Amino acid sequence: MMKFLYLIGKISISFFNSFGLLVKFSLICISHCFRPPIYVHSIFKQMVEIGFYSLPVVGLTAIFSGMVLALQSHTGFSRFNAESAVANVVVLSITRELGPVLAGLMVAGRVGASMAAEIGTMRVTEQIDALSTLSTNPYKYLIVPRIIAGVTVLPILVIIADIIGVFGGYIVGIFKLDFNPNVYLSNTIDFVEPLDVISGLVKASVFGLIISLMGCFHGFHSKGGAQGVGISTTNAVVSASILILTANYIITEIFFSI
Amino acid sequence: MTNNKIQLINIHKNFNNKEVLKGLDLEIIPGESLVIIGGSGTGKSVLIKCILGIMTPDKGEILIDGKNILNLKDYKRSIINQKIGMLFQNAALFDSLMVWENVSFGLMQSNKMNRDEAKGTALKVLKKVGLNEKVSALYPSELSGGMQKRVGLARAIANSPEIIFFDEPTTGLDPIMADVINDLIIECVKDQGITALSITHDMNSARKISDRIAMLHEGRIVWSGRPNEIDNSKNQYVVQFINGNASGPIKMQI
Ligand SMILES: Nc1ncnc2c1ncn2[C@@H]1O[C@H](COP(=O)(O)OP(=O)(O)O)[C@@H](O)[C@H]1O
Ligand SMILES: [Mg+2]
Repeated sequence: MMKFLYLIGKISISFFNSFGLLVKFSLICISHCFRPPIYVHSIFKQMVEIGFYSLPVVGLTAIFSGMVLALQSHTGFSRFNAESAVANVVVLSITRELGPVLAGLMVAGRVGASMAAEIGTMRVTEQIDALSTLSTNPYKYLIVPRIIAGVTVLPILVIIADIIGVFGGYIVGIFKLDFNPNVYLSNTIDFVEPLDVISGLVKASVFGLIISLMGCFHGFHSKGGAQGVGISTTNAVVSASILILTANYIITEIFFSI
Repeated sequence: MTNNKIQLINIHKNFNNKEVLKGLDLEIIPGESLVIIGGSGTGKSVLIKCILGIMTPDKGEILIDGKNILNLKDYKRSIINQKIGMLFQNAALFDSLMVWENVSFGLMQSNKMNRDEAKGTALKVLKKVGLNEKVSALYPSELSGGMQKRVGLARAIANSPEIIFFDEPTTGLDPIMADVINDLIIECVKDQGITALSITHDMNSARKISDRIAMLHEGRIVWSGRPNEIDNSKNQYVVQFINGNASGPIKMQI
């Protein structure tokens, strides 16, 4: 019994400890985002890294999601003779949910992992210490560019994912389910509201922040060689994914329940 | 009151209840080359990291040029750091940057030198440590250990520091390369009047590059003296260390 209590105590202490560390880390990083110097060159480099190189994986995810969504919703709605709602469902699901969430999760796996691995390696090989001896603030030099790039690039990525996803639904709708192209398009465009897209883009921005912050946080606090870097890479991806899904619910609640 | 370049007063540092530094006092006068010797894991690197501000001691004071440098704001701290160069134990070169970018990193960051100018300076400094222009465009992963140390050395001296730290500059190198590094250190430090603090357990290197040797054991300096005094020292710790005996007052934690 005592052992059990001891275990609970130990786990909660370490939980609150890392939570406190994370909050402190986030505040430091975000405050550095608004104070010069800003490394513009590094921001662009990270934007290309996060945005451009994620295009293939995000695009493929989006097109297949849009296609399968059209197929499944058609199966469902045909039972109520409501096939015309397919276009509607596809565009709402993609812009509100699937676009941002799938893009967020894919980028978390791709970029969050590489951020944690890169920064973690720099930590365990003392490169981060070397930065501060060369009068360079590691938060500004390493983390701020990644955060700014994450927050700004993810919405762009999601706009592209939205378009590709809707296009995927369109392809299935036209070529497999025999919808009239004009009707399908007008159903899509008439039903989508600015708020659907905007909520998706806000989500994307928040997910970008989560991904960069988690990648950098876990990398920055890596310890003990290659194994430590491996652990922080895993933690970065897992924690970013969970936080993305949690934040997704909260933002949806805020946008659509009032 | 003092004319010490660096002064440490009663430094304590713990990690998870393990005391690493236990009230360490140390003074280094301007232009002196001090070498700290001591077993692995005695806290030599921790000591340097405390002075660099990478770690904060739990207790004690660190003065540079007579001014306490603990608890300084980031901005003031970075001005102090511009006076300091550091060669890390494993060189710690930035592996995403080319050799010359590594060497001129501090110049471009703190002196806001433009790239061409910085490259020119980097090539000059690289030449000083015996590396040619061809090497300057390589990445650190393409270099041997000895060359990485030399690039690290070049990076440390590029900013013309007043103080320089060397963490095990010759560890892991063959004896000849080690001696090359020793000569470079002497050339870069003694001849320019830089104050240097080096860490090593290579006694040849310690004798060669130092004006004074200090021995760290159990979190304190237990002996300090001139390099020619060390062989006649009666201090049991020193005797055991320089002879490399397994038995003696120093107990290795295995
Ligand atoms: N960041 C750290 N966290 C926990 N313990 C540390 C840390 N850095 C160093 N130590 C401990 O401090 C002791 C001294 O380390 P160090 O200064 O690297 O030894 P050395 O004299 O070989 O350079 C070691 O026992 C090490 O375990
Ligand atoms: Mg060491």
